[in-house]
Amino acid sequence: MKEQLQKDFDNSIKNLSLSQKDIEIKKFCLENFIDKGFPNRKEEDWKFSDLSQIIKNNIGELSFYNDQTSTNKVDTSVFVDGLEHNKVVFINGRIEKIDFEYEKKDQIEIIDQSETINELQNSNSLFDLNNAFTNKCFKILVKKGYQLVKPLIIYHTTNSKIWSKNINLRLNFELDKDSSLRLIDLFNDTSEKNFLNIFYNFELKENAVLKNYKVDKIENKNIKYSFNNIDQDKNSISETFILSSGSNFSKNEINCNLNEVYASAFVNGIFSLNNHKHHEIRSIVNHLTENTKSYQLIKSVLDESSKAVYQGKIFVNSDAQKTDGYQLSKAILLNKESEFNVKPELEIYADDVKCSHGSASGSLSEDSIFYLMSRGLNYQQSRELLINGFLLDVVEKITDSEIKNLIKNMIGIKE
Amino acid sequence: MDNRQKEINNLKDYKYGFSTDIENIQAPKGLNEDVIKFISNIKKEPAWMLEFRLKAFERFKVLKEPDWQKPKFPKIDYQDLYYYSAPKSMKDKPKSLDELDPKLLETYKKLGIPLQEQARLNGIAVDAVFDSVSVATTFKDELTKLGIIFCPISEAIQNHPELVKKYLGSVIPTSDHFFATLNSAVFTDGSFVYIPEGVRCPMELSTYFRINASNTGQFERTLIIADKGSYVSYLEGCTAPMRDENQLHAANVELIALDDAEIKYSTVQNWYPGDQDGKGGIYNFVTKRGLCKGKNSKISWTQVETGSAITWKYPSCILKGDNSVGEFYSIAITNNHQKADTGTKMIHLGKNTKSKIISKGISAGCSDMTYRGLVDISSKAKNSTNYTQCDSLLMGNKCGAHTVPYIKNKNSESNIAHEATTSKISEEQLHYCQQRGLNPEEAVGLIVNGFCKEVLQQLPMEFAVEAQKLVGISLEGSVG
Repeated sequence: MKEQLQKDFDNSIKNLSLSQKDIEIKKFCLENFIDKGFPNRKEEDWKFSDLSQIIKNNIGELSFYNDQTSTNKVDTSVFVDGLEHNKVVFINGRIEKIDFEYEKKDQIEIIDQSETINELQNSNSLFDLNNAFTNKCFKILVKKGYQLVKPLIIYHTTNSKIWSKNINLRLNFELDKDSSLRLIDLFNDTSEKNFLNIFYNFELKENAVLKNYKVDKIENKNIKYSFNNIDQDKNSISETFILSSGSNFSKNEINCNLNEVYASAFVNGIFSLNNHKHHEIRSIVNHLTENTKSYQLIKSVLDESSKAVYQGKIFVNSDAQKTDGYQLSKAILLNKESEFNVKPELEIYADDVKCSHGSASGSLSEDSIFYLMSRGLNYQQSRELLINGFLLDVVEKITDSEIKNLIKNMIGIKE
Repeated sequence: MDNRQKEINNLKDYKYGFSTDIENIQAPKGLNEDVIKFISNIKKEPAWMLEFRLKAFERFKVLKEPDWQKPKFPKIDYQDLYYYSAPKSMKDKPKSLDELDPKLLETYKKLGIPLQEQARLNGIAVDAVFDSVSVATTFKDELTKLGIIFCPISEAIQNHPELVKKYLGSVIPTSDHFFATLNSAVFTDGSFVYIPEGVRCPMELSTYFRINASNTGQFERTLIIADKGSYVSYLEGCTAPMRDENQLHAANVELIALDDAEIKYSTVQNWYPGDQDGKGGIYNFVTKRGLCKGKNSKISWTQVETGSAITWKYPSCILKGDNSVGEFYSIAITNNHQKADTGTKMIHLGKNTKSKIISKGISAGCSDMTYRGLVDISSKAKNSTNYTQCDSLLMGNKCGAHTVPYIKNKNSESNIAHEATTSKISEEQLHYCQQRGLNPEEAVGLIVNGFCKEVLQQLPMEFAVEAQKLVGISLEGSVG
């Protein structure tokens, strides 16, 4: 893999006009990655999902060079109907379209940041890989006091042109004081056997509100890793919703730093898996100062030898008195071969806090099915009704009614 | 001064901190094959036992000290320890208590463990382990009548080799982790219990461990076998003198329950915890594992952990037999600079297996406490259930309380429920108690005892009273 990496790296550097310093940084990151390789189960954070092995078994040899000189045609059929929205379109990792047609142009700034690489608090080697190979990095800045009228949908589209490729993406967001952004990540993959490595960084200033919805619904054979870092100032709110369903393997990591008072973070997720899929959500909420709040709810429905992993951590600093942290994960195992692994972790250094977590997993309750069947539903209907109700709980946590309905339609959840 | 206050003052200092001045026989310092041969030789062990030890030592040489635990400790120099230390008077084993060194009797009396049978009001059979040897076992005759074997493990190796050979290392193999393997190589003494088929042991069996000599590691090994349909309740207590240096205690405990058998294992651990600045104290790195081998068997662990500078142990149950049950009840209290990383493992292999985990952690002062646990339901363990509850109580903002559970469910017909909370004693509760005339310390004591009640009530009567007092004393000075 080492030679391949080196070769692909030289190729991708060639096409970029980078300063000597940036090349040095990228080289340094590449060396780090070559040194560490893909994360494996020996690392505590990857204990339940051995990425190195998964890539080996599903993709085999990866290539890291993407020719991004020619444009891809934007397929408008993937756009969401019935909801007016702003668009950013990625096709095979290349940014094809940025369109904020519904917004005041002077309130949003898009900064080309390809030369700056700022450090995230993430020690895993995928960050190095991302740094070494991303060639364009945009920062979307929402200015002070501006609240976007319409949501922004980022389309992550891949098509059959790419095969056994590693695609790296990097986006930064800054929400200035009193601003707000609704962001939907929509994955549309018709490609197979690629590894997508996505890093987002959010900076939320005072009173800023971020709502991020990640929807991976369409069946595909890709392997995805996505990392969100969210830094929150006073009184800011972040809401993250993850629908984890379509890809062959997917791991979503959310790292939330509640840096100032009254900041709150919400992480909600659904695993709906079948067919040998293996998905993971790992969330870390760092309560770094007093009077901060976090809430997490993860529900899974696992069928046909699928495997879901949830690692959630609530960290409370010794200064963070009056913290309120809550975390709940539940799973229904529908099939004998399905598996649910969880590690809900509390690390607490302050005494005046209220922190709790709960986790439960098991089969669909026979009693409930019996109850419904005795009222005239058949077995299949009863089962669907119960699963529907189980997942609805999480979808109802979505605070934006427009998007809630959109997501309900996408999953096919009825009220 | 009222009675309670007097009692507290009496107990405030670690009252087991004295050391006994007694002449010792020690193995040469350090760890090598010669020392292992020395131990084996002095115990007059058969060849297969020495082989067992040397095999473990071979394995130990390639193992590395684990470092994933939360409490970090300075590197232990394994060559700077005595692996065998025994009172000289024990060299030729005394036939009866009358021949026992009066100094030893005195020590145990001081510890509140009278070895004279008539002196005991309640029927508890005791095996007393002093440094590396077992000094006395009481009520032997009565137990022998029922066919129960309760003796030091060194004696069992001589007298019941077939049992020891069959079961020793069957739950904790010589190839296990670092400290367990070290124990397999150098273990010196400990208790051996065999309960024959269908016998319900009429009294509590108990071992009392005492580390006396300095620079010694205590490596005891306990093996309990409950044959078909039998029942035994076993208690373990421990203390050590106050010393400035840290001492290592790495014991192995193996439990085996056959069809329909039940073993109840209770520990009140009160090793010297170090002084207020965290100097000295025992490193308590113990491996405890129970195997529910037969159908309908049950193993229940109850522990009250108040002592030790660092406690690092996970009493576990392997639920192999169908319908077997594993239970774990724990109270862990850390104060001053104590650190604890404790919890359990419940490994469900058989059908219809059940497990229950209740863990209560209290941390005060500058201490740090971690609950770490594993619940693993394998794909064959149909219809299994687990319930876990771990609550932590924090006192002050210099201490930490952490919960790290690993939960693996590979069977769709099994259910797992887990909950954990962390909080402090609420102002309302304190206010309520004080309003009714309790002083703040009493109020905290009352609330903490209520918090721990679920676990305390699992302990045998005599222990429960001790433990309840211990809970109050351990938290002394952490309020206000």
